[in-house]
Amino acid sequence: MAYSQKVIDHYENPRNVGSLDAQDAAVGTGLVGAPACGDVMKLQIKVSDQGIIEDAKFKTFGCGSAIASSSLVTEWIKGKSLEEAGEIKNTTIAQHLSLPPVKIHCSMLAEDAIRAAIRDYKAKHPSA
Amino acid sequence: MVKRPIYLDYQSTTPCDPRVLKMMLPYFTEEFGNPHSRSHAYGWKAEEAVDHAREQVAAILCADPREVIFTSGATEANNLAIKGVAHFYKEQKNHIITCSTEHKCVLDSCRHLQQEGFKVTYLPVKSNGIIDLDDLRKAITDQTVLVSIMAVNNEIGVIQPLAEIGKICRDAGVFFHTDAAQAVGKIPLDVNAMNIDLLSLSGHKLYGPKGVGALYVRRKPRVRLQALINGGGQERGMRSGTLSTPLCVGLGEACALAQTEMSAESIRLKALNARFYKAIQDSLEEVYLNGDAEQRIPGNLNISFAHVEGEGLMMGIKELALSSGSACTSASLEPSYVLRALGVEVEMAHTSLRIGFGRFTTEEDVDTAAQMIIKEVNRLRDMSPLWEMSRQGIDIKSIQWAEH
Amino acid sequence: MIYLDYNASVPLRPCAKKAMLEVYDLEGNPSSPHFAGRKIRALIDEARKSLVKGVHGQRLVFTSGGTEANALALSGLGEIPLVISSIEHESVLKVHENPCIAPVTAEGVIDLERLEELLSSFESPGLLSLMLVNNETGVIQPLPEAVIMARKLGWKVHTDASQALGHIPLFFEELGVDMMTLSSHKCGGPTGIGALVLKEDLHLHPLIRGGGQEFGMRSGTLAAPLIVGFAAAALEALSEREEQIKRLRGLQKKVEEALPMAQVHGKESPRAAHVLCLGMPGVSSELQLMSFDLKSIAISMGAACSSGKTKESHVLRAMGLSSETVKCAIRMSMGWKTSEKDIDNFIKAWNEIFLSQKMKEAS
Repeated sequence: MAYSQKVIDHYENPRNVGSLDAQDAAVGTGLVGAPACGDVMKLQIKVSDQGIIEDAKFKTFGCGSAIASSSLVTEWIKGKSLEEAGEIKNTTIAQHLSLPPVKIHCSMLAEDAIRAAIRDYKAKHPSA
Repeated sequence: MVKRPIYLDYQSTTPCDPRVLKMMLPYFTEEFGNPHSRSHAYGWKAEEAVDHAREQVAAILCADPREVIFTSGATEANNLAIKGVAHFYKEQKNHIITCSTEHKCVLDSCRHLQQEGFKVTYLPVKSNGIIDLDDLRKAITDQTVLVSIMAVNNEIGVIQPLAEIGKICRDAGVFFHTDAAQAVGKIPLDVNAMNIDLLSLSGHKLYGPKGVGALYVRRKPRVRLQALINGGGQERGMRSGTLSTPLCVGLGEACALAQTEMSAESIRLKALNARFYKAIQDSLEEVYLNGDAEQRIPGNLNISFAHVEGEGLMMGIKELALSSGSACTSASLEPSYVLRALGVEVEMAHTSLRIGFGRFTTEEDVDTAAQMIIKEVNRLRDMSPLWEMSRQGIDIKSIQWAEH
Repeated sequence: MIYLDYNASVPLRPCAKKAMLEVYDLEGNPSSPHFAGRKIRALIDEARKSLVKGVHGQRLVFTSGGTEANALALSGLGEIPLVISSIEHESVLKVHENPCIAPVTAEGVIDLERLEELLSSFESPGLLSLMLVNNETGVIQPLPEAVIMARKLGWKVHTDASQALGHIPLFFEELGVDMMTLSSHKCGGPTGIGALVLKEDLHLHPLIRGGGQEFGMRSGTLAAPLIVGFAAAALEALSEREEQIKRLRGLQKKVEEALPMAQVHGKESPRAAHVLCLGMPGVSSELQLMSFDLKSIAISMGAACSSGKTKESHVLRAMGLSSETVKCAIRMSMGWKTSEKDIDNFIKAWNEIFLSQKMKEAS
């Protein structure tokens, strides 16, 4: 399969790989996908008191497109408000990375991961 | 630094040996006659060459040349053996036994026969990839016409107990067919000692040309089959069509070379295989070998690297030509049905690579490949949430995954 | 040695050899097959595209040769009525045990009136298989007319065009057929490869099942060197068609004019220029073959398939020729390498053989 230059770049030089302390009140964690389906993404966000995403980290088990999708969204969501981050659509991710049709599910998973992380953060802050 | 790509996909296809090609070339050009032309020297010379090739193919199987039918490849040979026997004997018997880890062309031929009303038993395999002989004994009925069990599996390289299967079949009066595409030239085969009645082989899996293969069909006791391709009545009426002299010559030469070099090659590959696997095991934890550790050909390893997804791993080792799963299914997202049949968990099946060593693999290739794989597995594990959890002692199976 | 048995096998064209060796080079290099793998796939795609374009085809399925392509075409539509002509190649004649056979005229052309009666006699439409150029006589069948008639009655049409490529204009879409068989080694490509050209919307039950290659119609690893060689040969044959026909027509005429004593079977019909079915009155084919062979000229009695057994040509018998006449016929067929000198030698040899037999008879 031919991968786009952008996918290769993110795969070879993934941005923001790592973990944040899931117990930290400022951190929201999203874990999506399933090992049996061949891809799992963990995406974490650290949110400031102003509701801005200060930091984002990911770890992904999956193909190059899954790794690139999660790496890309960590870059995109940094500095965004939770609302702005929540509006990122899989189609934008897929377009940006020129994902072939068989890999669209990777971008959907990345979108899910952002939402799951935001949900987790909001669950910790019911008033926010 | 541009590294030379390293070929480690010898179960998918083998390069045509330059010595084989050299023997073929004259038959493409000067000796272009049709081997079935009986009226002139062009035809006779071609026929002589085909006869010689037939002897070479027969020799590696310990068979009689008259029992060798040339085909376009192992796929056709398997189709011809299974459908041909089933159709010929359909008035008497209607049951076929095969196994769940067979090549697609065997499984698909059997499924097609099921649609026609035949009964097919798909034997399971044990966790080492080998069938249970008791299962086979129990599966045979008075309606069983054919048992088709592959000699060597194309994904995991395990060798089935051919002689034992052959004996069970002969005692029960059932024909035994084996798809030996991955076995010919890799392990010694003797159709008489092993009681094999039909055997398929492929040119391009043994350093011969693509587009040619053969089916061994026993004469005593005689096996009869209905042809797939009718016409001029070539190949004792079992396979019509003009034989390609250069392709037959290439297949014959490939068999002859393999026969001469098999024992030395085996020892060399075994050493390379052990060297590679040791390097991997010395540096990586949670690495699992799929298929029996002993009962396998020396040119194959199938390894699961826990918590690293196979396709992602392949992308990181672009300089290595190898495959995850079988070449036929690696374009789809389904995990290998062969590994699943062994009872390998789906998640583990997603993490496996097939590594094939062969005639042109060097020690340096093996060392370089091992180092590349180790480096990339480590990098991807650092990136893998599953690896992180397993390090933290979290049981991944305890998590409720949302399967999509 | 003078080779005049092109209808059995054509010597490999140099362009095909060159194309194949380049692929064998790629494949033979054990260090490169990974991107070579991709490159080889691209070469196969390219070959397929150029072949399809060259014959104005739609879809093309590679097979192991013309015989397999015929078998696939005739069995791929399942259990439907099948009508074939009486002069088809054995690979068409023998696909089904009892095919319904349409007769030909004394000139070796399908009898269209009888064909129409025959097709109309079936309750439901089926498949008609009619070859384009007969391999023994070179007679060109009125395929366009047959197609129009068959279509009206709802029948599908297959044509075995193995002997047509490069010898007469050959365009799938213009012919209006549903399926068309091509053979590589009959146009100067390698043996072991052929193709079935078919309409895009046609799906055939495969003969050979497995990995699902070739649109699910023919499984098995594709032999890239053979495919590339086939395409190169076919394209050259197509591009040289007009001058080739002109040249071979000249040679064919020369033989006919130089041998007034020879019977030319199918003489009154439209014929391809590369083949002549010649009768030598009173001299058996076997004797002719032996005599030509002693003079180092390779010809044949007919199709080269019937493994060893010498039997009468079913084509000539179907034309209604007497057993005596059939027994005296030989086939000479020409191609890209045939020279005028070869033909002069053939004429000379024919006359010598004929004369010496007549002398023997007289004495």
